[in-house]
Amino acid sequence: MAEATSPDLAVPALCILGDFTIFAAADLKPKIIEAINQGETDEVVIDLADVSEIDSAGLQLMVMAMREGAAQSKNVRFTRHSEPVLNLIDLFGLSGFFGTPALAGSTH
Amino acid sequence: MNLDDALNTFVIESRELLESMEEALLRVEQSPHDEDLINAIFRAAHTIKGSAGLFGLDHVVAFTHNAENVLDSVRSGELEIDGDLVALFLQVCDHMGSLVANVAEGKEFGEDIRQRSDELTAQLKGQMTAHQSAGAAGAPAEASSSAASSEHVAVPAGGGEGGAAHAETDNWHISMRFGKDVLKNGMDPASFIRYLTTFGRIVNIVTLLDEIPRAAEMDPEDCYLGFEISYRTDADKAAIESAFEFVQDDARIRIVPPHSKIGDYLDLIREMPETEMRLGEILVRCGTLTENELDAALLAQQAADASSEAHQPLGTVLVAEQMVSPTVVQAALQKQKQVKETKGGDASMIRVNADKLDEHINLIGELIIASASIDLTALKSGNPELLEAASVMKRLVENVRDSALQLRMVQIGATFNKFQRVVRDVSREIGKDIRLEISGAETELDKTVVEKIGDPLTHLVRNSMDHGIEPVDVRLARGKPPHGTLRLNAYHDSGAIAIEVIDDGGGLNKERILAKALERGLVKPEQMLSDDEIHKLIFEPGFSTAEQINNLSGRGVGMDVVRRNIRDLRGSIDIDTEEGVGTTMRIRLPLTLAIIDGFLVGVGGSSFVVPLEMVVECVELSQEEIDAAHGRQHLNLRGEVLPFIRLKELFDIADAPPPAIDADADSPFGLQLESGRDDLPPVDEELAFLLQPVRRENVVVVNYAGHRAGLVVDTLQGEYQTVIRPLGAVFSGIEGISGFTILGTGQVALILDVPGLVRRVASKESRVNARAASYVMRE
Repeated sequence: MAEATSPDLAVPALCILGDFTIFAAADLKPKIIEAINQGETDEVVIDLADVSEIDSAGLQLMVMAMREGAAQSKNVRFTRHSEPVLNLIDLFGLSGFFGTPALAGSTH
Repeated sequence: MNLDDALNTFVIESRELLESMEEALLRVEQSPHDEDLINAIFRAAHTIKGSAGLFGLDHVVAFTHNAENVLDSVRSGELEIDGDLVALFLQVCDHMGSLVANVAEGKEFGEDIRQRSDELTAQLKGQMTAHQSAGAAGAPAEASSSAASSEHVAVPAGGGEGGAAHAETDNWHISMRFGKDVLKNGMDPASFIRYLTTFGRIVNIVTLLDEIPRAAEMDPEDCYLGFEISYRTDADKAAIESAFEFVQDDARIRIVPPHSKIGDYLDLIREMPETEMRLGEILVRCGTLTENELDAALLAQQAADASSEAHQPLGTVLVAEQMVSPTVVQAALQKQKQVKETKGGDASMIRVNADKLDEHINLIGELIIASASIDLTALKSGNPELLEAASVMKRLVENVRDSALQLRMVQIGATFNKFQRVVRDVSREIGKDIRLEISGAETELDKTVVEKIGDPLTHLVRNSMDHGIEPVDVRLARGKPPHGTLRLNAYHDSGAIAIEVIDDGGGLNKERILAKALERGLVKPEQMLSDDEIHKLIFEPGFSTAEQINNLSGRGVGMDVVRRNIRDLRGSIDIDTEEGVGTTMRIRLPLTLAIIDGFLVGVGGSSFVVPLEMVVECVELSQEEIDAAHGRQHLNLRGEVLPFIRLKELFDIADAPPPAIDADADSPFGLQLESGRDDLPPVDEELAFLLQPVRRENVVVVNYAGHRAGLVVDTLQGEYQTVIRPLGAVFSGIEGISGFTILGTGQVALILDVPGLVRRVASKESRVNARAASYVMRE
């Protein structure tokens, strides 16, 4: 759940590590907003490669981030979704919303 | 609480649930229409499945789910409970037990376990298909009845067409709106949806993100999610509802069955916070409704709005639409009640690790010894204040001891109830109809004893069923009811607990036992044995009749092992039997293994403890009595013959030296010991009697299992709280001693094995009796 904010232009703007759940939500929300606010380009990239666990709270933050980006006319983009993230997006039928590929062997 | 703790709780709870499930199964066989029992069985399976789902134990969930399905058919009256079903469910229950055991050990489920799961699942499914036609017939009937009852309410005036038409979909529709606090309460909407996938297929899901506010207002720990799910499953509504049991208070869940009236969907649309159009579209997106159906519904809705002034209040609609089925309401109420009961239970019961309790008892044992030592010092000092304080402390220590021992006491009922299963299984196996009756289940005894009595008791029960109770034809010929009765009984009896295994079978056949014993060389032809002695031959090692060898007795535990186990617990076993009428095997066990009230006696220089509960009285053994006995080991106690044992001879103890007067006064525990012996001047043998002018002996009369005996001792030293210490293995062969204890002085006193001594005396008694009787008559 430690995370590194990189202020320069290099992608990503934020890497979320480890727990992306209710336990980390309160800490992560301001960091995500900060990353979006500080993003100087139109594109804010959030890296999810090292998310080991995600729950509904994490997912809500992802939605919030996308909307907040849209409100600031920035394109918030998630990259390198880890397996748990993809599973949850798939379970919630939000592949279309997040633009992630549907998992093979999906239940729906 | 970390996950391990939670899992541990799951394991403990599951075991308890399985126990109650087994009990209910055994009882339901007798009364197949008892709804409470059926519900209890269902609830147990259901709760285990629910909890297992929370831990992601998919295999447990999948297996239990099948069991639950069958149980549900039973509950709804589609399936009849019969012996075979109970037998199957007992196996299911056992298997669930081994699944839980596997979870407890943190192991992966092995191939054998999975195979067993598959086997049982196939059998369960077999039960279902056998009654599927009945089930299929039941479901539409239910649906149509709900349609009938709701028709006139859902669509109050006009527009009936659209509202009453049925949707085409085969899928359930589930609407979920989670409350803000769901996440904070430790629940994740995702886990509920995952759980749904364990017994059905999510055809389509729409996640509603509309409620998530702008970043500034959003509390990251609140839940804003809603879901519309099109779901295909064979489970019934109650089963689906059960998925959301844990979140009932925190979420709005609406479940619409397949082929519901369009009106039902309308109400769903009306009720949910989203606008009608939006939700309508969602339902279409889910595939629950087609465009046409939606249009029809919305038209009907408008028509209804126009023609009726009053909109249907939500609650009425809900109830009228049977969104919440009566069974669900009932289940919810029951759940609430259960929660209340558990809370009440929590307040009055705590779980304590048995090791901690043992340690506590040990410490109290030390405390008793220390207290005895203080008591002694106080007496010696003669300081009245110290004496006062010491006596108060002694009393308190006694109270603490009693309450601590009480902590270890458990009722024997739970152990007895386990035999329902044993009796049931064995009686099927051997093809006899045997019923188990239980009495005295509330009798309490030490937990350690309870744990150790299980095996011997099992063997006795099996033995009675196998050899005691006769086959039906023999029973009928003897004029007995065709079904045999086995009774387990327990009661307290002079500081011991008696446990009886009573059967109404054929009784022991004396001649046959004697013949076998002769054949095996256990007795000699010229030996005269009392009935009791003959009966007890069955406890001899190597006594096994040819007929006895079958798969019941062939477990490597003979009756001799039973007797040894019981003796290890300082207990005894005896037999009452009457040929053709029945047999009672009576086990007697001490109530506790740790601390007893003892009676301290002195023999020569040594001290012995007799368990106080077994002491009947103390009498003086006068010289006349000794003379009258003519060297024989019995005396006349108020006209009754009392055999006695001289402990001095038994243990070969030297006479104590004549006690110094002052030392005697100082030592209430009769510590006239070796201390002075070496200092004494040599005494002329012939004049010794002058130094010891009155040599009085006392007889402690003890009673055990109905037999009396006298123990001849030198001094009576009074009550003494005794912490029993086991003897080392070196001394295990010594007869007549069951342990030792430490006195307040630090001196060691041996605890007499009264049952052993009484047995020793009693075995001679019958032969001595005759002579004694003639002796009494001569007097």
